[in-house]
Amino acid sequence: MSNKMHIKLNVNGKDEEFLAEPRELLIYTLRERLNITGPHIGCETSHCAACNVTIDGKSVKACTMFAAQADGKSVTTIEGIGGPDDLHPLQTAFKEHHGLQCGYCTPGMITRAAKLLEENPNPTEEEIRFGMAGNLCRCTGYQNIVKSIQAAAVEMNAAKEAAE
Amino acid sequence: MIPAAFDYYRPKDMAGVLSILKEHGDDARVMAGGHSLIPMMKLRMADIPHLIDLQDVGGMSDITIGADNIRIGAMVTQSDIIDDAALAAAAPILREAALQIADPQVRYMGTVGGNVANGDPGNDMPGLMQCLDAAFTVVGPDGERDIQAREFYEAAYMTAREDEEVLTAVTIPTPKGGYAYEKQKRKIGDYATAAAAVQLVKDGGTCTAAAIAMTNLSDTPIYSKTAGAALVGTAVDDTAIKAAMAAMLDDIDPSEDNRGPVAFKKHVAGVILRRAIERAWSRA
Repeated sequence: MSNKMHIKLNVNGKDEEFLAEPRELLIYTLRERLNITGPHIGCETSHCAACNVTIDGKSVKACTMFAAQADGKSVTTIEGIGGPDDLHPLQTAFKEHHGLQCGYCTPGMITRAAKLLEENPNPTEEEIRFGMAGNLCRCTGYQNIVKSIQAAAVEMNAAKEAAE
Repeated sequence: MIPAAFDYYRPKDMAGVLSILKEHGDDARVMAGGHSLIPMMKLRMADIPHLIDLQDVGGMSDITIGADNIRIGAMVTQSDIIDDAALAAAAPILREAALQIADPQVRYMGTVGGNVANGDPGNDMPGLMQCLDAAFTVVGPDGERDIQAREFYEAAYMTAREDEEVLTAVTIPTPKGGYAYEKQKRKIGDYATAAAAVQLVKDGGTCTAAAIAMTNLSDTPIYSKTAGAALVGTAVDDTAIKAAMAAMLDDIDPSEDNRGPVAFKKHVAGVILRRAIERAWSRA
């Protein structure tokens, strides 16, 4: 039983192919097989979303999906959102507005917030809190996370208008 | 948390699914979004030697709004329900309930079919579907059959679906009148301490029809026929609401857990039902 499967993923624009047992959870594939360590393992029980990634346009907790389910799909992690030399407006906003303390939840917060702003570029505070309700932070009390997302939304909308 | 080893299948059609189910019997399970099943597999509370992923089967992701009824494919997600404006107009209680299920990430993955077929008393859609008098379509080796939601649930995780059958769609008669899905939970993402689905019809100040179902207050969802009947023919005043609450409390059988002792759950069930009735009536 448990024959290894041939799995193909596109992660942050790069094609990856490997053999894995069907029971391999996507978070382990990313962190331990592909050395993409932005997505974190927090609760590992689908509650905290430290492992949040985007798969085919959906925010997904990578601890609750088998790599086999993601076969053939595109995965975006925090590494695909922006890096030290080209920070995403959300990353800049989290830095400027103290949207993190220990930083453990931040990759999940930012990948989820990016999807939220894609779906709703002008969210109210209430919509941000509801849309981020699947992500837990044990440091900030969320106030500065909400502020960071609001600031990033303003920045992103201004950049979009300037480009038009 | 690593689940026990299993074989993974992703068949392209229902014939492929049914043949794997036939071959492996109750050693095989189908999976839609996996957000109930995978956590149980990780805890090793579910041992699934043969896991059948339904994502490539097709034909189960449509929402069809007909003249008299609404058909929702089993693979329609909670997020699809929330985003469908035509569905929200035809049956607003579905959107109201879906918004109270789990959290955004889980709603992208969690499906209507998985929610109703799983048989977990904590799931919200089973009680809702009993309130709406839905029928569940299942397909098996002998073809299709429909099972009424009010007849479907036998005990926790035990339903009228046979092991070799797959639930493919939910059909509800287009709801009429006022509605409410009211849920008390400790935090977003939690199952209900108590939840109530109410759909009722008002005609000239009198209630002419009412359906009431409760979530997570027994080992199955509870459709309380007597609670609904207590409202019919009344002006849904305080006396009628109290009668409905008393009838509902006779039908539920909550057990003590980390959401509280039995007396507390009964208290919350009453409060939640009152709120749901009052809100449904105000919208009727």
